[in-house]
Amino acid sequence: MQVVLDIISWVLLTAGGAFVLVGGIGALRMPNLYTRMHAASVTDTVGAILVLGGIMLQAGLTLATIKLAAILLFLLITSPTASYALANAAMIAGVKPEAGRAPDTEHDS
Amino acid sequence: MTVLFSVFLLTLLVITAIAAVQSRNLFVSVMLLGIFSLLIAANFLLLDAADVALTEAAVGAGISTVLFLGALALTFEREHRPTPHRWLSLAVVFAATLVVLYATFDKPKFGDPGAPVQVHVAPWYIEKTPEVIDVPNIVTAVLASFRGYDTLGEVFVVFTAGIGVLFLLSASHGHAAQRRPHNGDESKIGLRNDLIPRVVGRLLVPFILLFGLYVQFHGDYGPGGGFQAGALIAAAVILFALVEGEERTLEAIPRGALLALMVSGAMLYGLVGVAGIFLGGEFLNYSVLADDPIAGQHLGIILIEAGVGLTVTGVLLSIFHAFAARDRF
Repeated sequence: MQVVLDIISWVLLTAGGAFVLVGGIGALRMPNLYTRMHAASVTDTVGAILVLGGIMLQAGLTLATIKLAAILLFLLITSPTASYALANAAMIAGVKPEAGRAPDTEHDS
Repeated sequence: MTVLFSVFLLTLLVITAIAAVQSRNLFVSVMLLGIFSLLIAANFLLLDAADVALTEAAVGAGISTVLFLGALALTFEREHRPTPHRWLSLAVVFAATLVVLYATFDKPKFGDPGAPVQVHVAPWYIEKTPEVIDVPNIVTAVLASFRGYDTLGEVFVVFTAGIGVLFLLSASHGHAAQRRPHNGDESKIGLRNDLIPRVVGRLLVPFILLFGLYVQFHGDYGPGGGFQAGALIAAAVILFALVEGEERTLEAIPRGALLALMVSGAMLYGLVGVAGIFLGGEFLNYSVLADDPIAGQHLGIILIEAGVGLTVTGVLLSIFHAFAARDRF
């Protein structure tokens, strides 16, 4: 039983890590702000769910699992809100969503 | 494994620091500094310093980012041209780095059990805490009781810093209330027209406040205490100010109340110390506060942690309002 849980947990953790990596690559490589946000949101949602799920299985039925569940719940509420606020601010600032390679609005890094 | 993670985090830390210095856009620099704080907090956690990590995450990544952004809103987002004496400063920094690097050769190795920090007073604290103070979190015992003088000093440093910022920022205009005649000002209404952040922000505020109180009163048993709780509670109020506008926040907690928080926290700490003298002990000796010395220690720790929390909350919120109330220079 413990071995099965361990295997599931590691599969979840690895898959979560892969999604976070994909999100990171996307945030770097995508052509403009909105597509970058789209890529980065993978990290917040699927990545967070999988990684936190994996850790919860490692922790078992303890107080730590409840805390992790609370963290996941707050993440699932706050990160879409942050994404919305960011996209909304970009719209107000005049960054237009365009198909294809839109001119990058970032001045420098 | 810990060393591996530490090296990874420290490498990221150096990259973040260089990027923050390199960037000409100050907004980007502020964000990078927030990331810097979060990374160093993770590093503290790896070293089992949960209390320090909590403080760093709440103050460094949370509150100071907001204060920096407040300062940026008053000035400009882009850095001015660098001063002409760059080579001189570079040489000074390089020399100082070499001296510091040379000094590290004399330091004990990482995790060395014979290091002075491990053999000086630390074993005594670890041995005596269950016997004299009897709280599970030794950090709180050291911070609040054994080294109560140091923490008293820290609280007064925070208090003085708050007073100093208030003096500096409210010096040049005496009519804060009459400024901002035009309606529809952003900072006046906050995000009240923006439904989603407003709903989520209002939803989160009570939970953050509750967590702040938990951290405040759970400090004897787990990581936490007045400093962290003060930063968390201030963060909840600042979130409220961001979504509901500064005026409504000042209606809920007026400036006078914030000043009262600052003063009463520092006074509470000092009075607990004086009470020790009147009850026949030394200054900040909590053992005489109750019939049982250990109960007295518990009472004293809870009271002075409350004092710390009140002062930190009051100072952080006062500084936030002082920034928010000013126009562009």
